[in-house]
Amino acid sequence: MSTNLPAPGRIRTGGLNPDQLFHLGSAVAGSFALTWMLFERILPVTSPLGFAVSWYALFLTMYAVISATTLDRVGVVDRVVGALVATAGAVLVAVLAGIVVFITIRGKGALAHTNFYTDTLALVGPDDGLTKGGIYSAMIGTFEQVALAILISVPVGIATAVYLNEVGGRLARTVRTVVHAMSAIPTIVAGLFIYAMFIIGFDLPHWLPLLGDRVSLPRSGFAASLALSVSMIPVVITTAEVVLRLVPNGLREASLALGTSRWQTVKGVVLPTARPGLITAVLLGIARVIGETSPVLLVAGYTNALNYDPFHGPQVSLPLFVFNLARQPFDVAIARAFGAAVVLLVLVVIFFATARILGGRAPGQVSARKQRRLSARLARRQLVEGNLL
Amino acid sequence: MSALLEHAPPPPPRSDERREIHPVPPRSDRIFVGAVRTASVSTLVVMGLIGLFLLLRAMPALKVAKWHFLTEHQWLPEVNKFGVASLLWGTILIALIALAVAVPVAFGAALFISEYAPRSLKKLLITLTDLMAAVPAVVYAMWGFFWLQGHLLEVSKFLSDTFGPVLPFLRVDNPDTLSSYSSSAFIAGVAVSAVVLPTITSVMREVFSQAPVSEREGAIALGATKWGMIRTVVLPFGRGGIIGGIMLGLGRALGETIVVFLIISPMFDFTTHPLQSGTNSIAPHIALRSTESSGTALSGLLACGLVLFLFTLLINTAAGFVISRSRSGAATEI
Repeated sequence: MSTNLPAPGRIRTGGLNPDQLFHLGSAVAGSFALTWMLFERILPVTSPLGFAVSWYALFLTMYAVISATTLDRVGVVDRVVGALVATAGAVLVAVLAGIVVFITIRGKGALAHTNFYTDTLALVGPDDGLTKGGIYSAMIGTFEQVALAILISVPVGIATAVYLNEVGGRLARTVRTVVHAMSAIPTIVAGLFIYAMFIIGFDLPHWLPLLGDRVSLPRSGFAASLALSVSMIPVVITTAEVVLRLVPNGLREASLALGTSRWQTVKGVVLPTARPGLITAVLLGIARVIGETSPVLLVAGYTNALNYDPFHGPQVSLPLFVFNLARQPFDVAIARAFGAAVVLLVLVVIFFATARILGGRAPGQVSARKQRRLSARLARRQLVEGNLL
Repeated sequence: MSALLEHAPPPPPRSDERREIHPVPPRSDRIFVGAVRTASVSTLVVMGLIGLFLLLRAMPALKVAKWHFLTEHQWLPEVNKFGVASLLWGTILIALIALAVAVPVAFGAALFISEYAPRSLKKLLITLTDLMAAVPAVVYAMWGFFWLQGHLLEVSKFLSDTFGPVLPFLRVDNPDTLSSYSSSAFIAGVAVSAVVLPTITSVMREVFSQAPVSEREGAIALGATKWGMIRTVVLPFGRGGIIGGIMLGLGRALGETIVVFLIISPMFDFTTHPLQSGTNSIAPHIALRSTESSGTALSGLLACGLVLFLFTLLINTAAGFVISRSRSGAATEI
């Protein structure tokens, strides 16, 4: 004898169900109404922040109470925690958005003038308007210092990553530990180190006559790029090592089985396969150091004049420009600082986004365009070989 | 047929002789290994040089100040009375305030990204977190100084008025003027919390997302709610990551220079009232005094740098140890 039970409805496993949506909506509306009444009609205080905090607290309470009408204690806790966690996520995004929006709004005034990008502050008085002066010298400084830092840290960084991943051994483990420690040193200490070693200078032992008897650098762009390299090298090593680890072992083994040497395998197989990832490593390193202020502050010196020569004389860079102008008591200076901060932020976003786009690809995976180019080359070669035969 | 065969190349001579194996790597390999080894040793050398030169240049000051360097709170190098005590205390205080604000938010955000967010949102949020970690400190400093400070004065006043009677360390002098709340350790700490927020979030998120799927499914299948699953599977698994992330954030907060520099007004007493204007910290102290110092004073700054270096090194090594242990899966039994 069979009883015809009604088929049970499909259980929803994710998302908001109508019940929860209704509870959420009524809690939001109810708590808003209550807070409004408290702040506008009953309490003698008005404070937007207080309003927001009380609204949120009341919302959580009401959400819990309303949910308790259909759920047990465990279900109520689940919902309240869900609301709290979502709020934390929203706070994270709000802080980032808040910073970007605030900087952009305050920087807009300076960014609207073309002289801001092409001029320097060399002959500009402290309260001259925004129609005079700009960040040209700072951009040149940033460009040269970062370029020098790349020249120093990319070969060292990638070679070290290759050593860690392709050669290995006990030394590699030590190096890896030290690199992790190095990535954690405060940037001001990196600057201080360059200051202690090169700006103060040190005597060379007399049996090394080639370089003169004393090594010392003036405060200059080059000293700044040395300090930046100290922060950049560990970033490049860590990212590049992860990328090299992603190269499939089968490729290495196939290459070695063909009788190549280790160097040929690294040069012909490992590095080309990991190329986009390695570029990502470099770009992330750039994004990290382009905005570093504290190391540069100690060793670059400051000048308003344009200095193309990173090896002689003080050279200003964008972060230093922002930092110095932000401390001046003139509205124009602060407006310029905000403008330069926006430029800095845009540069960071550009490098970061490029790194993301390249880094999103697995090693060996190529873009559609590159794929077309490669297959065209293959077809051409086959054609040539066909003609020869 | 036979003509064709005649033109075919002769077959390679077959022999059962053992082929020669070259145990000595070719020269190109020796050069290659030597070169990459030199590169990696040079990073070791740089790290050693950092410690060496800081110590070398700090020695004159340490010889003058002796052990008092760690206990003296004044900074008067002209009369050989200087020490790192109040600076170190201020540094730790600001970092702890930063963590108190950042850790709950980072914990929630990491859980949201790894457990609650739908797939498309998840990718976006991970990118935004990483981007936030790449935003230069000087941008945070501008935001903290020109926006956050103004909004936090009222909060400081509220905290002081409401809880001051019960908790004496929240009281300030002249509680009625807003300016006595500016440039405080509290405001600097909250600004630094924004800097460390993405660091902590991404470490925690990574560890949370590695919690084993089978155990999650097991918990859900036994009827656990989402939070029940998180509490019984994700959090125990990620305990090491939570602690490690907090310690990494602490390391970052201790070394923060620019944000703290712009906000605080330096003073050389122990900061006992975090809401009161005036505090100090090692890194901004170095940045502020380096251009105007020479001789013993400069050497003293390098000694400060050495203390900061060793302190952050210690914390970050401990953090790395905790994180690597948690990633090994030692915390789970499958």
